[in-house]
Amino acid sequence: MNKIQRIGLGLFIIGFLVWIATLTMGKFTLTDQVLKDNLKPEHYEQLHSSLAPMLNKTYDTPFGFNKDLSHTIEQVNEGYKVQNQMDKVINDSYAFALTKAASHGYIRDSNLLLFWASIGLSIVGALIYILAGLRKLPGNKNDNIYHNPATSRGWVGIIIGTFLILFYIVIYFFPQYIVNWTLLVDPLSRVLSGTPAGQWFLYGTLYTLAILVMGVRMLIKYRHNRYQQVRTVSVMFFQLSFAFIIAEILISLSLPYYDFKNMWPLDYDFFFEWHLDSLTSSGQLGLFMLVWGIALFTIGVPLFTYLYGKRWYCSWVCGCGGLAETLGDPYRQLSDKSLKAWKVERYMVYGVLVFVVVMTAMVLYTYFTGQSNIGPISSYSVRSIYGFWIGALFSGVVGVGFYPLMGNRVWCRYGCPLAAYIGIVQRFKSRFRITTNGGQCISCGNCSTYCEMGIDVRWYAQRGQDVVRASCVGCGICSAVCPRGVLNLENAEPGSRVMIAPEVLMGNDMPVIKTQARTTGSQN
Amino acid sequence: MKHIVILGNGISGITAARHIRKHSNHRITVISGETEHFFSRTALMYIYMGHMKYEHTKPYEDHFWGKNRIELKKAWVSRIEFDKKELVLVGEAPLTYDILILAVGSEPNRFSWPGQDLEGVQGLYSYQDLEKMEVYTHGIKRGVIVGGGLIGVEMAEMLLSRGIEVTLLVREESYWNHVLPTEESALVTRHIQEHSIDLRLNRELAEIRPDSSGKKVGSIVTTNGETIECQFVCLSVGVHPFIRILADTALETDRGILVNEYLETNLPDVYAIGDCAQHRQPPAGRKAVEQIWYTGRIMGETVARTICGSRTTYTPGIFFNSAKFFDIEYQTYGEVTVPLPDDTDTFYWEHSNGRVALRINYKKGSGAVVGFNALGLRLRHEVCDRWIKEGRSINDALAHLREVHFDPEFFRRYEEEIVQAYNSSQSEHVVLQRGKKSFFSRLFS
Repeated sequence: MNKIQRIGLGLFIIGFLVWIATLTMGKFTLTDQVLKDNLKPEHYEQLHSSLAPMLNKTYDTPFGFNKDLSHTIEQVNEGYKVQNQMDKVINDSYAFALTKAASHGYIRDSNLLLFWASIGLSIVGALIYILAGLRKLPGNKNDNIYHNPATSRGWVGIIIGTFLILFYIVIYFFPQYIVNWTLLVDPLSRVLSGTPAGQWFLYGTLYTLAILVMGVRMLIKYRHNRYQQVRTVSVMFFQLSFAFIIAEILISLSLPYYDFKNMWPLDYDFFFEWHLDSLTSSGQLGLFMLVWGIALFTIGVPLFTYLYGKRWYCSWVCGCGGLAETLGDPYRQLSDKSLKAWKVERYMVYGVLVFVVVMTAMVLYTYFTGQSNIGPISSYSVRSIYGFWIGALFSGVVGVGFYPLMGNRVWCRYGCPLAAYIGIVQRFKSRFRITTNGGQCISCGNCSTYCEMGIDVRWYAQRGQDVVRASCVGCGICSAVCPRGVLNLENAEPGSRVMIAPEVLMGNDMPVIKTQARTTGSQN
Repeated sequence: MKHIVILGNGISGITAARHIRKHSNHRITVISGETEHFFSRTALMYIYMGHMKYEHTKPYEDHFWGKNRIELKKAWVSRIEFDKKELVLVGEAPLTYDILILAVGSEPNRFSWPGQDLEGVQGLYSYQDLEKMEVYTHGIKRGVIVGGGLIGVEMAEMLLSRGIEVTLLVREESYWNHVLPTEESALVTRHIQEHSIDLRLNRELAEIRPDSSGKKVGSIVTTNGETIECQFVCLSVGVHPFIRILADTALETDRGILVNEYLETNLPDVYAIGDCAQHRQPPAGRKAVEQIWYTGRIMGETVARTICGSRTTYTPGIFFNSAKFFDIEYQTYGEVTVPLPDDTDTFYWEHSNGRVALRINYKKGSGAVVGFNALGLRLRHEVCDRWIKEGRSINDALAHLREVHFDPEFFRRYEEEIVQAYNSSQSEHVVLQRGKKSFFSRLFS
């Protein structure tokens, strides 16, 4: 690490620590006005007398505030349960809204300053660290990755993984404790959508910043490789515009939140009735969103996957893929390449695909018939099980939290139903393949090591067979790290994919005994 | 069912074992003292540089061997009793064989330099060499590499990755110029210097001197009297077949183990393949001892066929090879020899950035292409191989240059520039570029 990098890293860490420290700043005071503004009128009536002891009392942390708040609401609910007035039980979660509305003090007054002193400073530090990479000559720079505790499941990696896991748990399940972080991005949220920031705006901002900053890292690391550069600019663009700015502007126009590049079944609640209702009640644009969302996965996926392979979505457009390819790039080598992992992967990813299809069928059944139960099973409980286990735990907590431990594509490889679906198209009907260059492979293993999807690329390369795999997201890193120019991502006639290894590799003129059959994916 | 013993678990021995298993039910035992499992020796440098761990360099998972009934034995062989068909192992009971395949590889050359046995002087060939290097280079300031070949450049890259200063002694006036023609050699020489390597041309090693301890390397002296302080010396002046344990046996050896075109030695049921084999009649355009990854693989495949009943001659096709000099990839196909033969003409193009180049050699008169050299540019093996076999004319080859291109999508394409350069170098037979430009290059140009 050179001097400039040390300065960059130092600034990043200072910014990060300030950001953590902001969680302890600010005060929380519940007032009658806050209750009126944030509770449903009937809940205000039910709660305001019980919450009276809390009113105008100032708490120093969101923890104390929420302890009293949740305790009070629980007691009220207990009372209803004892009196068997189940219809009066309050199930709405007011923790985040009340905590945010009750907050005041330094952090609220100086949120813009603190934003720059924390997140802003971290961005500047990270960029300085990254730009220092320009001092190296262009070329593959994977030196010491397995000597570095951050990128080889060492202590730094474990700390980062732990932080990410905690972050996801808090964002999904305890947002009331990170109200202060949402205060930091309130000014940005007001500019974009005209509303104060919720936890998902905070998440979207950090997500986008991670893709942008680490995207710059990719652009510099691979400045000798235009495929990587174009692809990285693509994911940066789609995240910044489609997923972030356009989606927020829609909110400011009182239109439904919509990410035009996301699609079912990754976007698993697309067919939930609240979503269908919000689209169908939003005029022509809403109807367009509905048709667009359906066309993307019914026409877009087969068409583009046939032409360019799975990569058109997974490593060029998708937000999860975008994060994996930028923030996750330093961890790509940690994916498991074993045969066993491949077997687990297949059961899991296609299992989730079946799950999401069944769940969506039940949801639509409920939508059209109005009946919540199909036999003994309620479609509401099925969707909440999916939302919790797959939507929150798998794609978020495990999917990103485990980057530094299991590689950057844990979710995409083992859990994403959309990746599973696109993968089936890629495997059986696509022009895409990774070709191997005759007999040049020296079995060094760089390709397999740096395959984020855990494909044993070398197994194909050393036997002269094209890599045609459902899981390949076409990131192109195998081709980039190959020291002998063996691998190339190509599109051509589907029938020309070499699906069976040639009996004799190029460069060996011994006679062929068996006649070779070239087989296409669709015939297999 | 015969017991086939393969001595050596490199690419040659393992390829033989895999193919014998494919074609037969023989009992197969692979012996190596180096490592228990097959690994890619070409990837040793990446382990040192932290790109990969040892596990990543194993092309087959550990369960592969049991599943394919290939027995692995980690042991050193001290002697072979050919008349008894028996291998004498160090510290273990002897092992008998019905058929023996010798795939024992090479060892680094040493030229009796004074001080060559000091601690911190080594070559790089085996896993043990890597372990030694890890120890000897820990925390040192400067290493000296003797020899300007492929391993020398790899070693330089390895040391640089650990922040160790590197002096590279090259006997010739330009890097690897007995293999690379002048322009390519100059290009690579510049690239080596760009990486702040202290490259000393026209220098040879005279002696290695100890430090104050008397046991470790302290400095080296060149033949023209310069002293260079260093804590590590790498000898990368080629390798030779590792046949010491075969001396004074009935097995005929010269530089390597002598084999005929079926890879048979002078002894019945004994074969030799890979680096250690010396061909009595080398195939056309091939050396008698050729230490290349894929020739070892081809020999393994060939011997497997012979042993399994279909006697097959060793027939490597059109020559090819590849390497990487720091950030510049190098591929070669066919014959690009130094010096240029009298009946051959050459066309060389180099990009103005000095990091990309293409050479095509062709026969005078017919114009038939005989060889390609590419630097910083990937070529398609299948197309180069076919064009050379067909005797495709240089004009035709250049007209279809787009077919030979193997760089990734969006990479800058050089076909037009190359054809233009060729046209301006010729008084007649001007080439027109054929084939369609890719969609994206049309979009961006």
